[in-house]
Amino acid sequence: MEAITLLTFFVLAVFIGFEVVSKVSSTLHTPLMSGANAIHGIILVGAVIVAGSADDPLTLVIALIAVLMATINLVGGFVVTDRMLEMFRGRGSAPAAREGSDA
Amino acid sequence: MAVLTPEWTAFLYLVAAVCFILALKGLGSPRTARRGNLIGALGAVIAMVVVFLSTELDNLALILGVIAVGTIIAVPASRMVKMTQMPQLVALFNGVGGGAAALVALLELEHSVSFGAYLAVAFTVLVGSIAFSGSVITFLKLQELMPTRPIVFIGHAAVIVVLAVVGLAAAAIIVLPEAWLAGVGLGGLKWSAAVAGLGVGSVLGVLLVLPVGGADVPIVISLLNAGTGLAVAASGLVLNNTLLLVAGTLVGASGSILTREMAKAMGRSVTGILFGAFRGASSAGSTATSDRPVRSSSADDVAILLGYANRVVVVPGYGLAVAQAQHTMAELAQTLEAKGIEVVFGIHPVAGRMPGHMNVLLAEANVPYEALAEMDEVNPQFKTADVALVVGANDVVNPAAKTTPGSPIYGMPILDVQDARQVVFLKRSMRPGFAGIENDLLFDQKTTLLFGDAKESLTKVLGAVKNL
Repeated sequence: MEAITLLTFFVLAVFIGFEVVSKVSSTLHTPLMSGANAIHGIILVGAVIVAGSADDPLTLVIALIAVLMATINLVGGFVVTDRMLEMFRGRGSAPAAREGSDA
Repeated sequence: MAVLTPEWTAFLYLVAAVCFILALKGLGSPRTARRGNLIGALGAVIAMVVVFLSTELDNLALILGVIAVGTIIAVPASRMVKMTQMPQLVALFNGVGGGAAALVALLELEHSVSFGAYLAVAFTVLVGSIAFSGSVITFLKLQELMPTRPIVFIGHAAVIVVLAVVGLAAAAIIVLPEAWLAGVGLGGLKWSAAVAGLGVGSVLGVLLVLPVGGADVPIVISLLNAGTGLAVAASGLVLNNTLLLVAGTLVGASGSILTREMAKAMGRSVTGILFGAFRGASSAGSTATSDRPVRSSSADDVAILLGYANRVVVVPGYGLAVAQAQHTMAELAQTLEAKGIEVVFGIHPVAGRMPGHMNVLLAEANVPYEALAEMDEVNPQFKTADVALVVGANDVVNPAAKTTPGSPIYGMPILDVQDARQVVFLKRSMRPGFAGIENDLLFDQKTTLLFGDAKESLTKVLGAVKNL
């Protein structure tokens, strides 16, 4: 892909990244950090591609280590974030009713 | 199998990227947060399916096997970890992500041709390895497997500078054209330079995080998280993969904002957190000694103070969480409210170990959302509060943050518990808090201390309140 196209993606993504998290209450800083942390686990895509094209044992071993690390980041990241957010449900009567439709 | 056309691949990557954007957006509000996270996970699943269906992959069985192993490690770890230990788990997850990005970039070096790709390899190798080892140190600090105080050794700053220069030199060898390098006798060194970059980055990560004081560690996790995001984005450039580029950039950008917000909530600057310890003596109040007299009392006395109050502000801290006392605390609050006493929880932005951590823990104990007040909201209320009940918190109520310019926590916003008529501390011991400094408020006239495990103390106080 052309460098300029990639640069365009990059710049637009920076602005979206800034925009989506502005004005988040400090209450949600922890889950937000954890969720963002899970998202960069998508490096697993890269690790799989590299492992899939490895043609000597050393490269393959290093690539598989990367696959392992990335999987832990990706899977663990989403599971732990979900567990954190689970706690926000089912509290007191009023808020639970307000969020009743949220399943 | 390459069953997907490039067009479909690109389209589905776009869908995955949109999922990630919606995930971050959803995580910004309590009502949509959980759904947001699930949308993010859906995006990840789509992306993984696409990569297997769009790429001709060798070693398929091995790859799938390793992914299975990773999942078998990650799921129980995340499901079984105690909520109090969650911050360090997030730090570890972040670290392995950074490490993976660095390794991917290292392996892509031989396939890289353009200047931009080389630059991205150099960046990812260095930043990814810093994020990896830095996160490991934050894990060790939060798990208290190593001292939480800032650690600085003689020549620390100089070593960092030297390593940074070596790292940049390695980066230069990766980036500069091979023909030019061969001309000055440095031909064929790109791979060695990248491996050296991994080593230098790993040591740098350790050295950069060691001087960070305990209370600032969460901000550093967030910073390293943003760093990993950027490393992933750069590896997207190396692999010519738009999804990695977009997802990594999203995390890098949102993580930077988040880091700034967290630092602001603590009245710190990011550079101050990273390099503050080098600017000399963050004296831990050497005049203060623990053998000054304090007023300690019994659970019955505390129960009387609480039972005859009109307004009580509870300040929960990490000690409450470690003792798993949030349920007892919630019950005590309900009992007091049944007696017509107004109870508010004052939550410091960094109560617990990370911003918002305490909210999670109290939500787990079914404390209603409305009873939780953020710092700005609760601070004016201390003046009219009869009792401020501080449970297992210390640094976040330490007036030294306002009064002692030399203190490591100077400038951090605190909860003004000293304004309350009476202050009750439930503490395990006189040991100072995470930041390692003494709290003068403990020796104040209006302060009463009840020593013991937060859960045991609260259980006793609860029993006594019920008998009033």
